[in-house]
Amino acid sequence: MGDGEVFLEFFYLLRAQGIPVSVREWLTWLECIEKGLVAADLGRAYSVGRAVMIKHERHLDTYDLCFAHFFGGAEAPLALHDAIDEWLSSALPLPQLSPEEFARLEQLDLDRLRELFEERLKEQDERHDGGNRWIGTGGTSPFGHNGRHPSGIRVGGKGRSRSAIQIAGERRFKAYRSDRVLDTRQLGAALRRLRRLGKGERADELDLDETIRQTAQQAGELEIVMKPPRENTLKLILLMDVGGSMDDHARLVEQLFSAAHQASHFKVFKPLYFHNCVYDCVYEEASMLNKVSLEELSRQLDKQTRLLVIGDACMSPYELFSVGGMINYYEHNSRTGAEYLYSLKELYPHHAWLNPIPERFWAHPTIEAIAGMFPMNELTLEGLSEAIELLSREIPKN
Amino acid sequence: MFEHFSGTENYIASDELREAVNVALALERPLLIKGEPGTGKTLLASAVAEALSRPLYTWHVKSTSKAREGLYVYDAVQRLHDSRFDDKSVSDIRAYIRFGGLGEALRSEVPSVALIDEIDKADLEFPNDLLHELDAMSFKVDETGDVYTAKHRPLVIITSNNEKELPDAFLRRCIFHFISFPSPELMSEIVQVHHPDVDRILVEEAIARFYWLRDLPELRKPPATSELVDWISALVRGGIQAERITDRIPYLGALIKKERDLKATQRALKSYASRRRK
Repeated sequence: MGDGEVFLEFFYLLRAQGIPVSVREWLTWLECIEKGLVAADLGRAYSVGRAVMIKHERHLDTYDLCFAHFFGGAEAPLALHDAIDEWLSSALPLPQLSPEEFARLEQLDLDRLRELFEERLKEQDERHDGGNRWIGTGGTSPFGHNGRHPSGIRVGGKGRSRSAIQIAGERRFKAYRSDRVLDTRQLGAALRRLRRLGKGERADELDLDETIRQTAQQAGELEIVMKPPRENTLKLILLMDVGGSMDDHARLVEQLFSAAHQASHFKVFKPLYFHNCVYDCVYEEASMLNKVSLEELSRQLDKQTRLLVIGDACMSPYELFSVGGMINYYEHNSRTGAEYLYSLKELYPHHAWLNPIPERFWAHPTIEAIAGMFPMNELTLEGLSEAIELLSREIPKN
Repeated sequence: MFEHFSGTENYIASDELREAVNVALALERPLLIKGEPGTGKTLLASAVAEALSRPLYTWHVKSTSKAREGLYVYDAVQRLHDSRFDDKSVSDIRAYIRFGGLGEALRSEVPSVALIDEIDKADLEFPNDLLHELDAMSFKVDETGDVYTAKHRPLVIITSNNEKELPDAFLRRCIFHFISFPSPELMSEIVQVHHPDVDRILVEEAIARFYWLRDLPELRKPPATSELVDWISALVRGGIQAERITDRIPYLGALIKKERDLKATQRALKSYASRRRK
């Protein structure tokens, strides 16, 4: 299997699918071939390739998909199943439906719907199949069915007897993809990057250099000098929408909340809530009991505080815009939601918005309007990372 | 040709993990191991050391760790302190240099294994501070000017619990392996190692319950391998029979450590039991 060109093509497929492989990974791979680590067997190529090309578990699933696609002729790397699965299981803004239409829709059982899709997909697989690279003539493609194997593939016990293509097709790492939201732990890891180092308050760290200097100056009489350690001085407001349309995303938001809550490295962490749209105040509890006016908030937490808003930005247009349509920020003090959002953004120049609705569905009047005001990202690990990068930047004081 | 790692009697490694270890050995690159807690990341290093009969040097990283501490520590305070009394000479700086786990491995006369455990505990920039030492496998003690270069490049195994993302420059230099949670079949082998004499039916039943529990979506902290092993010990000591764990879970506290999760489990058990009765 010294045929490097085939693997070079595979390497570029990985890059095209968003795995950050560089020249360094390629050279490492060549080194493996040179040292005879990749014998003429696809199974070795799969695992050795994975060990040198992949540096994060979030890319493992993409690697598997690419491998099965490239060497086994399985369906396109970004499987159709995922799209359908996501479409079925995620809550998206619904078009306006009449009550009758709605009732009809609710009668459809989600599992039944999914079954229908899978049946149809299986039929499609059989017609589409035709891979003939490396492993025979493709046969029926059993790959990617949400980790379920059609009968005949499952081999119990030791894994030796399965081919690399089959292993890759099992998609064992689907749960670790970064374009789906993961567990609190991974969210916590992302949040930890949000920091701003400054001097802490208590001087409880030994300043060795200063101690030596002072001691020398006193002719050897030991003089201990302490200094405050560097610590995170970052303050964070997590402003969460608990409006009705957010119910579908409650679990996601709760996970982010508990991740932020556990990330005890912030100097101040303030969770606040609002309902659909921010008006003159926000709330300290999800039950909307204790009001905090924006004015008071700005007194409690200064301009350096980072503001992270989580909401679907999806509401009736009149909740956001004043009657009469267009908003005018400066000229008169109309009490539109958009204006309050704007003043909130002015209060906290470090701001970002996370939306649990996937970006493809943002063509909605209020989402578009709010995305025009706040830098908006999807509430996924990637989206959160981008938001955090934005919040971490320093804005020069004016 | 190359040394080859193929697991040990007490450590069951998947084929892919063995492959990753062997790639790291052959290329003499650090091996980064990630995975859920309780999948045996830390144990891997001692298993590799045992299998290859190499000495193991360990460096447990803490939140306050600095990169240099893994190589050496110069105890200036001790030296300063000693200088106040006349009973000891303090002119030899080398007496105040203490080597860390990685430093020891680089100084080793024979091929060794170095474990950098939980690298993600330290500061974000920490891994970058080690790039040169891991590339060149050599380090300099600034205070004495001594340079130590490894006679044999040690196998460096680095574990991460994913508490922080690691810098790209660091990742590029590593061979990576993600230990996924063991399949029930592999889990059965792992339990066999810990509990060789326990009734197989009980073990299989316990494993089935364990995976049922792990699949509950409500759990914040699903139990891991070590919890299962502890739980089976508890079952054995309590004299619990296999049929008694089909629709209830005795000693649940050994598996579930959070109050919230306990409540969620009890709810799930109730609905499971009522479904079984129907």
